[in-house]
Amino acid sequence: MRVGLTLLTALAIAAVSAPLAALYLGHDPFLPDLFKRFEAPSALHPLGTDELGRDTLLRLLYGARVSLTVGLIAALAATSIGTAIGLIAAWRGGFWDAVLMRVADGLLALPALPLLVILAALDPAVVGLPRGEATSDMIRIAVLLAAFGWVGVARLVRATALSVLAQDFVRAARAMGVSEVRVLTRHVLPQLAAPIAIATALAVGGAVLAESVLSFLGLGIAPPAPSWGNMLANAQELVFQAPLAAVWPGLAILFTVLGCNLLADGVSRRPVR
Amino acid sequence: MTRLILSRLAQIAITAAILSFCAFLLIALMPGDPIDLAIAGDPRLTSEDAARLRALHGLDQPMMARYFAWAGAVLEGRFGHSRLFAQPVAALLGPALLSSLELLGLALVLAVGIGVSLGALAALRPRAAPLVQALALLAQAMPSFWLGILLIIFFAVHLGWLPAGGDGGWRFLILPVATLCFAHLAAYSRHSAAALTTAMEEPHIRTARAKGAGEHAVIFRHALPNAGVPLLTIAALDAGALVSGALITETIFARPGMGKLIYDAVMGNDFNLALLALLLVAVVTMLATLAADLAQRWLDPRIV
Repeated sequence: MRVGLTLLTALAIAAVSAPLAALYLGHDPFLPDLFKRFEAPSALHPLGTDELGRDTLLRLLYGARVSLTVGLIAALAATSIGTAIGLIAAWRGGFWDAVLMRVADGLLALPALPLLVILAALDPAVVGLPRGEATSDMIRIAVLLAAFGWVGVARLVRATALSVLAQDFVRAARAMGVSEVRVLTRHVLPQLAAPIAIATALAVGGAVLAESVLSFLGLGIAPPAPSWGNMLANAQELVFQAPLAAVWPGLAILFTVLGCNLLADGVSRRPVR
Repeated sequence: MTRLILSRLAQIAITAAILSFCAFLLIALMPGDPIDLAIAGDPRLTSEDAARLRALHGLDQPMMARYFAWAGAVLEGRFGHSRLFAQPVAALLGPALLSSLELLGLALVLAVGIGVSLGALAALRPRAAPLVQALALLAQAMPSFWLGILLIIFFAVHLGWLPAGGDGGWRFLILPVATLCFAHLAAYSRHSAAALTTAMEEPHIRTARAKGAGEHAVIFRHALPNAGVPLLTIAALDAGALVSGALITETIFARPGMGKLIYDAVMGNDFNLALLALLLVAVVTMLATLAADLAQRWLDPRIV
């Protein structure tokens, strides 16, 4: 877990410090400079330049901001929705439990990416967001990923909540006259902290990966806004001129997902208090 | 067993129907009315022509009427025409499905084979366990499209041994199958290591050894089949992820499969083809999950 936390903290710091790095190095990551295409790594450009002469390291750091933001928002939304649905399903039981779990199973049985590809091609102007801006792209992708990500969280939360609700202290609280809402929020929810933390960590990794895939396919964050996925898509076209350009964004995605998985692993191994 | 099959098939039909309805609704919200696109291509078309064409194709009907007309046509087997490829949709779906199944089948067999071997290695040789675990962790975290690009750069561009993409023979299958199976062997290796460790401690293994069975027979005839049942559960859950991975792999390596068909259809604004291809992929995935569950019940009759 410590390795995971270290990795993720390093990435978060790198992402947050992107404008500082831009100031330090003195380049603009959005400004093309066609005289400096495909430069080798040097003191001025630590990772070289890309096909339009923009500094690769800075684009990587700005891409970190985009990818990590989308991943975090999508994961938090998915976790909130999933926790609410899992809790309701476990608490109500019976008909609502069956309906919600049938919906979850249905979503789980479908192949996610073909659906996401079709949904991602939706015109954001339909829901009132401006087309072509990075922010609307980010919101659109976060909503899509949350719409698929809640299922795993919901099943995990429902399983744990069922076992917690059957315990004696809940019965005691109800017998003492505690209202159902208080029972759920003050007694059941704290016990769900561990599964929710694990599910969130895994959801962040999954969301970052999914956003990269969508951007790679051209359906996520559109250039010139940098995202690790669309940097990889560029690199695919340049395998002859700049083979190393494919290494860095992929390595960044790998470290993010690895950090999230290690974190989730570590949390799941901690002894339950 | 029959009840299970029937109820599952009913579930698949209902899910496919709901999916088709939601997708049809969403596609109606997409930009690019087909008549508008035709007008953009031919400036001589007047607005009366446009209205006439709309009435002819039924595009001025309300949404539900259009959906039921489309659903009725699909159920009768009339899949319509693909604007992008200028062919009937039915002619496109068959070969694409076969190509995808080829890729998916090989990748699944290799993923299970290599995954189970690695898991067995971790279970039977405890000193190799940390290495196998690290490999599984890496395989799970690695983005499959990155691996595909790296393989292309190394094997096709740098070394020149293998083709970078396309279709046409077994040499074109090596890199895509390698990419797809690497991403999925983590789950199989981890679960088979755990299951095999548990299976080897069972009393019937001790009995087999006491009766003189060699280590080979003990592992392959007694321990592995018992460890095989959870693997089918994973295979059933993994079916959707495998199909998603196939979409990425086919797009990177330019293989003419279902994944690439959906992607090309979406990028080319041919939503009729995209919708039908999506439905076919969804139904095939759910049928594969059903097959894995049935195989599980066949292997272990104790499961209800």
